[in-house]
Amino acid sequence: MHIVTLGLNHQTAPVDTREKLAFKSEEIPGALRRLLDTSRLNEALILSTCNRVELYGFTPELKNCRNELETFLADFHQLETADFSDNLYFHTGTEAIRHSFRVASSLDSMVIGEPQILGQLKDAFFIASEARSTGLILNRLMHRSFFIAKEVRTRTKIASAAVSVSFAAVELAKKIFGDLKGRKVMLIGAGEMCELAARHFVNQGVGQVLVTNRTFSRARELAAEFEGLAVSFDSFRQELDEADIILSSTGSPDYLIGPAELSAALKKRRNRPIFLIDIAVPRDIDPKVNELDNIYLFDVDDLKEVITENLDQRQQEALRAERLVDLEVEKFEQWLASLAVTPTIKALRRQVSEIARRELEKTLAGLPDLGEKERRKLEAMVNAITNKILHPPLNYLKAREQHEDRQPAATIRRIFNLPDSD
Amino acid sequence: MESLYSALLLGALLFYLLSMAAGFIYLFRSPGKALGFSTRTITIGALLHVVAFFLRCLETGTLAVTNLHESLSFFALLLALAFIVVNRRKPAALLGVFTAPLLILFTLAALLSSKTITPEPPILKSFWLPVHVLFSFAGNAFLALGCGAAVLYLIQEHLLKKKKLKGIFRKLPALEKIDELNYLCLRLGFPLLTLGIISGSVWASYAWGSNWNWDPKETWSLITWLLFAALLHGRMNSGWRGRRASLLTIIGFFAIMFTFLGVNLFLSGLHGYVH
Repeated sequence: MHIVTLGLNHQTAPVDTREKLAFKSEEIPGALRRLLDTSRLNEALILSTCNRVELYGFTPELKNCRNELETFLADFHQLETADFSDNLYFHTGTEAIRHSFRVASSLDSMVIGEPQILGQLKDAFFIASEARSTGLILNRLMHRSFFIAKEVRTRTKIASAAVSVSFAAVELAKKIFGDLKGRKVMLIGAGEMCELAARHFVNQGVGQVLVTNRTFSRARELAAEFEGLAVSFDSFRQELDEADIILSSTGSPDYLIGPAELSAALKKRRNRPIFLIDIAVPRDIDPKVNELDNIYLFDVDDLKEVITENLDQRQQEALRAERLVDLEVEKFEQWLASLAVTPTIKALRRQVSEIARRELEKTLAGLPDLGEKERRKLEAMVNAITNKILHPPLNYLKAREQHEDRQPAATIRRIFNLPDSD
Repeated sequence: MESLYSALLLGALLFYLLSMAAGFIYLFRSPGKALGFSTRTITIGALLHVVAFFLRCLETGTLAVTNLHESLSFFALLLALAFIVVNRRKPAALLGVFTAPLLILFTLAALLSSKTITPEPPILKSFWLPVHVLFSFAGNAFLALGCGAAVLYLIQEHLLKKKKLKGIFRKLPALEKIDELNYLCLRLGFPLLTLGIISGSVWASYAWGSNWNWDPKETWSLITWLLFAALLHGRMNSGWRGRRASLLTIIGFFAIMFTFLGVNLFLSGLHGYVH
């Protein structure tokens, strides 16, 4: 009985290979059925994102398992196994459990700590359980994966520092203004980068968004998106004082804003600070403005540096996360082991005879006049009752053992409230 | 009584030391809990300090601020209390990292200076003595705290301008929050200082027959007052803030310290402590 994982990710395969093997979410239910039919897997799940394609399964037989799964991938996508075989990893047992936990906790992601993967894994699990391709083992594996992902997120700082330009800009703005509620943001240029950053700022509760762009209609479009205000490109310099945060990303070859404009703006806003983010290359804002009091200018390189540092921090936190994962893997293995029939039988026997013994003692303590013979009779009766009650479930468990079926053990454990590990 | 008093002061000093250590551990090491510990230890230190102060007042039969030892100790106590007050209004635990060294400095200086109780000169015996000293010292304490905020501001501003965004940058509060803190201290400290000077002048008219004698302490407190008045005016009317306000606050702090101690050490006048 083994948990297995076969797959490839951003580290082992180039993007064109990943593309060829990817599953669209609507084809996954069909794929799962085909996978269960063509392989010896009892349970299966398919995770397919732009960075990874992975099959998770539970199988009674490891022999040929890898081949079966590779063939399935090749057949489904009409490829030759040789096209991608070298890019695959195949984990079994402990390593497969650990892999699942690490993927969910975003320790195996391209950007460590990024939050999307957990949602993607949850979606994959939802599809699989809708398709009834998961059972006792994968259900538990997924639930524990989601649990450890949450643990890692709350108990380490793995996701605390910004690792994208737009998030880094928001973090810096918070370091200047503290609270972003009610602050005004001006976008100069209506590029994608600006839009993304503006969205992050809006999510943080900034008050108003001003947009200016050479093409005014585009400015109006983007402004409408944030319920903001479009400003004409000819006059935006006069309105700089309105903005607490200015994001610039135009294609202009020259500086659009220099110390003179900002000095004037500062005067009008009585020196309340302005935070400028210049994501344009070539730059839109004269770097000299950073020398002005209450002006804070960051360009793309500055932000990238912040990101690099934050990534280092995530790497260190990842080490702590790995330890949490290790502990959880150990617990999961204990649970798996407890599902074997023999320990379940033992645990059930122990539990029932323990109850019988205690009740017997209680009764005998209340009957001090009883003779030795009567006591023996009572004991014999209690033993007979327990054995007769236990007989059918134990037989059932033993019978299912040949079918490599773990569900009965799990059910019995749950009904009798037996501990996961002994 | 005497030994209990010293023991309490020593205890306060010990807690101020613990607070400073915890503050620096937070700044340069990391554990988040250290910051809360730093604030709590200042509070405990202040409690011990209050008890010590009351013991001393009982013993001398008056507000214990008549000699150098008592003044230093009382100023430290008010500074600790000012920190607790400000920290309640606007959470600023990190300000403790700046406050604790000052508390240590003043408490230690108090412990090292002569603790002999000096008989109160008749001229100081007045209802106005506690009023004048309480207002002036409390005003100075808040303004000193403002200086702490100013230092934090300049550090944070420097790190931001130079894009050194690691280490303590992450620990220091947002620039605008620090500036608000500085302003809060000014708004609390300046009126108290003003009341201190006015009550002093009233007292002077009783004690020395004239409201203003151009005694060095008076001159210097006027200079200090003018500095902070200019800062308050600039903040309210001319958009002074941030770096400029911080620099002025620090200059003001040195003026306070000179008025408080320098005048007595380097210049002679009516305000001299009894030795």
